[in-house]
Amino acid sequence: MTHPLTYDIAHLLAGGMVLVSFMLLYQDRMHGLLNVFALHAVILALSVSWEGWVQHSPHLFITALIALVVKAITIPLALHRIVRRLDIHRSVETVVGIGPTMLAGMGLVALSTALMLRVTATADALARQDLAFALSVVLLGLLMMVSRRNAISQVVGLMSIENGLILAAAGAKGMPLVVEISIAFSVLVAFIVIGIFLFRIRERFDTVDVQALDRFRGDQR
Amino acid sequence: MILPDMNAVTQFGAVGAVLIIPLVAVFILAALPGYRLTSVLNVFASLLTFVSAISLFFGRPQPAQLLFIDDLNVVFIVLNTLVGLTTSIFSASYIAHELETGRLTPTYLRFYHAMYQAMMFGMNLALLANNIGLLWVAVELATLTTVMMVGIYRTHEALEAAWKYFILGSVGIALALFGTILVYVAAEPVIGEGLDAMTWTVLIQRAVKFDPALLNVAFVFLLLGYGTKVGLAPVHAWLPDAHAEGPTPISAVLSGLLLNVALYAVLRFKMLMTANEAAIAPGPMMVTMGLSSLVFAALMLYRRRDIKRLFAYSSIEHMGIITFAFGMGGPLANFAGLLHMTMHSLTKSAIFFAVGNVAQAKGTQKIADIRGLTESHPVLGWGLLAGVVAIAGLPPLGIFMSEFLVVTSTFARQPLLAIPLVLGLLTALGALVWRITGIAFGTPEGQVAPVKASYVPMFTHLALVLGAGLYLPPAVVTWFQHVAHLLG
Repeated sequence: MTHPLTYDIAHLLAGGMVLVSFMLLYQDRMHGLLNVFALHAVILALSVSWEGWVQHSPHLFITALIALVVKAITIPLALHRIVRRLDIHRSVETVVGIGPTMLAGMGLVALSTALMLRVTATADALARQDLAFALSVVLLGLLMMVSRRNAISQVVGLMSIENGLILAAAGAKGMPLVVEISIAFSVLVAFIVIGIFLFRIRERFDTVDVQALDRFRGDQR
Repeated sequence: MILPDMNAVTQFGAVGAVLIIPLVAVFILAALPGYRLTSVLNVFASLLTFVSAISLFFGRPQPAQLLFIDDLNVVFIVLNTLVGLTTSIFSASYIAHELETGRLTPTYLRFYHAMYQAMMFGMNLALLANNIGLLWVAVELATLTTVMMVGIYRTHEALEAAWKYFILGSVGIALALFGTILVYVAAEPVIGEGLDAMTWTVLIQRAVKFDPALLNVAFVFLLLGYGTKVGLAPVHAWLPDAHAEGPTPISAVLSGLLLNVALYAVLRFKMLMTANEAAIAPGPMMVTMGLSSLVFAALMLYRRRDIKRLFAYSSIEHMGIITFAFGMGGPLANFAGLLHMTMHSLTKSAIFFAVGNVAQAKGTQKIADIRGLTESHPVLGWGLLAGVVAIAGLPPLGIFMSEFLVVTSTFARQPLLAIPLVLGLLTALGALVWRITGIAFGTPEGQVAPVKASYVPMFTHLALVLGAGLYLPPAVVTWFQHVAHLLG
């Protein structure tokens, strides 16, 4: 059943996601960041559909479609709009420089590969490598969230984490549909929440830089 | 997958009612105008949910694929709906004042009541879920609704708190999902593909054969993920802000209920770990996180200037004690943990009811500006004092008994661990006594407005806590002993 090419294509796509996660780390323009995130979601959709093909589970195609429509098209478009409306053409503020961040990212990928390959020795080969890549994507997303100050880039980091989780869920053989749909759904809900928040933040602070929020720490009143 | 879901719900009767009532109420409350009517309906829906939850004690359906009820979650669900009910009563009498002061508008109030029921639905669903994926979805739903509630005042502080809560909560939830997927990957070779490999009742029976290495990694993710929502140090940072800046009824529900729901998820996975002998013991990890939360929060109590933040840190402290007790394991410590959880929920929500009144009467949350409460507002002042005496763990109230049990069971088994435990408890006691004497006694200062909200919920909770401290009914003791045994 597992033709070597099957494995290679799955590997290529999942590895592509990790690569794009790295690209997210070094984007310094808002629009560039959003475009790369759309690419991330497109590769996720391809990867999930390939898993659906290999595992003969049609419900994964629905998951892939949701990823494509919502995360690769709708959300990036909406965020582009927000960025334009709020007039943030500025570059993305980073807490740590790009170089150290990339090095830390490499360390995280090495760590997750070493960990996941060791503990999943008994699991299916396809699931193994998917889990290793998925954990890398999740950790890179976390790294992005801690190394950025801007609210929108934190949200993009969060969504790239969710992409990694869907990759893991798709790789787990025959994982029930309930979970995947609900993930997609909750991402949508989460996005609405975020949208409201961004507007409120704009209304109150005239900026989406979360550092502005930090000035209003409650205990120092 | 939606279809069997609905089927299961309708067949379930009382279990279904606990879920359907809040769900229907969400839509009704969102549609109806007028805050007086909706706040009464909110109470009514909570009452119906509570009655259905009580009926779960008598007659219990067979576990279905998505929902089930057993001796463990029935305790949580009854506590959840009880505090949900009393908080809705408090909220109904409290929220009108927020409208008068202009902190909320009628539209926001409508939204508030709908969200309240959505949150109750999310929490009840999490407690009743028999599927670890559904459990996760429900916890996420409860998180999202509470984020909205925390940010509802739209002040700088409220937005900052909601944003922080949202980001940290989402990261925690993401880690928990990764753990959930790993549990499925561990279960799939043994149970086979499909829903069964995520059904808790099936998982626990077959856990012996799961790959221990995968389970170990999964539990670390689950503990960190759901632990964020429990408010355990070092992933507690969202908790004080969220408690301080949201409406007070929401602070009461957060402390009294949401933290318990997340803890429930941790307990379920702990049971799974215990069932597999080759996997590492989950206890020591929980003991470490619990103890560090306790000691950390006890020290932080001294530096609080905001009264709601003070009690938020006290919640971290108590969740630490509870996690510690469950981490110790064994019949006695589990019993103590369960009792402490129940008592903490009741006491802490009573305290937040009092604090809400204090903040409205004095027009401030700053501890330094609140003085001589027993003189200016005798009933409120003594009520708050009673609540703090209870939460500090002084006899004869319920928390004294549960803390005493935690300490004695620790001394019996791990005397060395008992030293930091007792030191942490005493440190917290000192901080609370120091703060409350300033608040309750002395010469009243500043604004002295009459109290508008009802005292009934606060004194109901305090009476229950006092009653449990003096005499715990044998039926409850037997029940808790049985559950403690289940927890292993």
